[in-house]
Amino acid sequence: MNMNQNMKSWLLAALLAVFLSACATTDESISTQGDGAPIDGQQDGSSGSMTGGDGTGGAAATGLYGSDGGDGTAIVDDSSRAMSAAARLEETEGDLANRTIYFEYDSAKLSSESIAILEAHGNFIAGNGEVSVRLEGHTDERGSREYNIALGDRRAQSVRRVLLFQGASSDQVETVSYGEEEPAVTGHDEAAWSKNRRVELIYKVN
Amino acid sequence: MQLTKSIPCLFAALMLIVAQNASAALNIEITQGVDGALPIAVVPFDTSKLGSSFPVDLAEIVASDLNRSGVLRAMPRSELPATPHYSNQVQYPRWRNAAQDYLVVGRVLEKTPGEYTIEFQLLDVLKQKQLLGRSMPTRKRELRSRAHQISDYIYEQITGTRGAFDTRIAFVRAQQNAARKYVLQVADSDGFNAQNVLESDEPIMSPSWSPDGKSLAYVSFESQRPEIFIQHLATARRTKISGFSGINSAPSWSPDGKFLALVLSKDGSPDIYTMNTSSKRLKRLTTHRSIDTEPVWTPDGSSIIFTSDRSGSPQLYEIGVDGGKPRRLTFEGSYNAAPNLSPDGRYIAMVHGDRGRYVIAQLDRETRNLTVLTDSALDESPSFSPNGKMVLYASTQGNNGFLFAVSIDGRAKHKLSDRAGDIREPVWGPFESR
Repeated sequence: MNMNQNMKSWLLAALLAVFLSACATTDESISTQGDGAPIDGQQDGSSGSMTGGDGTGGAAATGLYGSDGGDGTAIVDDSSRAMSAAARLEETEGDLANRTIYFEYDSAKLSSESIAILEAHGNFIAGNGEVSVRLEGHTDERGSREYNIALGDRRAQSVRRVLLFQGASSDQVETVSYGEEEPAVTGHDEAAWSKNRRVELIYKVN
Repeated sequence: MQLTKSIPCLFAALMLIVAQNASAALNIEITQGVDGALPIAVVPFDTSKLGSSFPVDLAEIVASDLNRSGVLRAMPRSELPATPHYSNQVQYPRWRNAAQDYLVVGRVLEKTPGEYTIEFQLLDVLKQKQLLGRSMPTRKRELRSRAHQISDYIYEQITGTRGAFDTRIAFVRAQQNAARKYVLQVADSDGFNAQNVLESDEPIMSPSWSPDGKSLAYVSFESQRPEIFIQHLATARRTKISGFSGINSAPSWSPDGKFLALVLSKDGSPDIYTMNTSSKRLKRLTTHRSIDTEPVWTPDGSSIIFTSDRSGSPQLYEIGVDGGKPRRLTFEGSYNAAPNLSPDGRYIAMVHGDRGRYVIAQLDRETRNLTVLTDSALDESPSFSPNGKMVLYASTQGNNGFLFAVSIDGRAKHKLSDRAGDIREPVWGPFESR
């Protein structure tokens, strides 16, 4: 099997897909196909038969819009790629290792530093269709509990917007707010509060 | 989005316990007494004619109730000059010399084992006459409730306002140990007879009493996201009433019990909706892109008061139940949230944030005056007693949450604490039917 050729045509397809989806469609689920992720043949509902690949656990993914010039399918090695997404999530350094975004009091505004971190996450999610993330919004303990549920939601939505802007699919990003119910640290001063005003990114590799 | 009509208890049993047992008592401590409270002596009730020992100290319960009101002050038992049980045994001058305005005497009779009759008399010491006398048939399990009813009668006779001692409160108890656990509990107004309503590893929030006192609506995170349930207390039967995508929160029952006001974010930002609890039909009241939350109904059911940060900080607004343009109600302080209305609709209790402190304040809707009722830094979740005379709220001190009740003039205050953990989100239930 000629992996290189398959890879090239697949990448081309993926790039074209991103371009096309950005121009021509509002269906966000299509824009998940980013740069080098295995593509789920079911996801866009288009042709694409599942083929057995090279017999080493490879999976078949549909080339979007059949534009790889071949038979409409591209073959990628699913196992190694899934591992690489999982492995990247294991990294203890770099932007992806940073999974908690902090906020000012009664604010859902992202700092430029947070935006940079989230752009890296957004790119990663966009490029790895098998990855999904749950954004858990939290607040400090001050004020009313229900207002804090809404505030935690607003924070999670701020984070979500950046991820989607980078190309993550809305299917991959789930939000939930816990308000002040699940503090990261106990304590009743700014030192504790600043650590509790946060959004946690909880990854899952499907 | 899914709306499940009824969740069988079987499902619930896997991760939660909808329990009816577990009896624990909260500890009560009067933290702020009132000068000028009316002196009343409550003599221990005669139980000497009973065949077996009597399980509760009725006079102690009554004295404790009356003390908590801040309006009356019960004489310490050790100082009682005599222990009469019938009005004709009372030597009024002794009580007048002891500076008491009122005297309560009573006795317990047993018809058949476990079937009692409680008799009591409220006497006016200065006028030397009976103000009130009642005979109450009682079963053993109702004894504490009967004692609270006696307190209610006495309070109403003296103040002209119905007492709210024989009522219940709901609250959430959280254990923040190694394993987090949340328990929704219902207890008597004095914290006794606490019973588990729902137990979960995930947060439980925002309990709201149905106007008939038979059900609670609440928010449970048992499926890792907030959903609204209604649970019938006696049968523990529960129904998921709202499980849309996003926030399902802040349920509040309409005065006629037919609707819930609630907060949903399914259409974008958190907005106020009403839901017909039988047809599940939704009506959206607010559409602003800001946070709109914490709806509560005015007692006449005509409008809803809620928290919104549309002005840039959380403030209270009022909107008609048919929608329209919300009217801003609070202008003092940078943070006003969690509204709760007095039963007559005149006052709104709220969390009031000012210069970094969060206290309980009340707004007089007629005069527009805002009065601060509490003086700590982390107070929340105010809830009026059904007679409008006290406000129950939660406060954080050290690493625990406690419940406090403060009189609406801010003068009397008592604290309910629980050794087992952190208690929060108290809501005072409606009057029980007499």
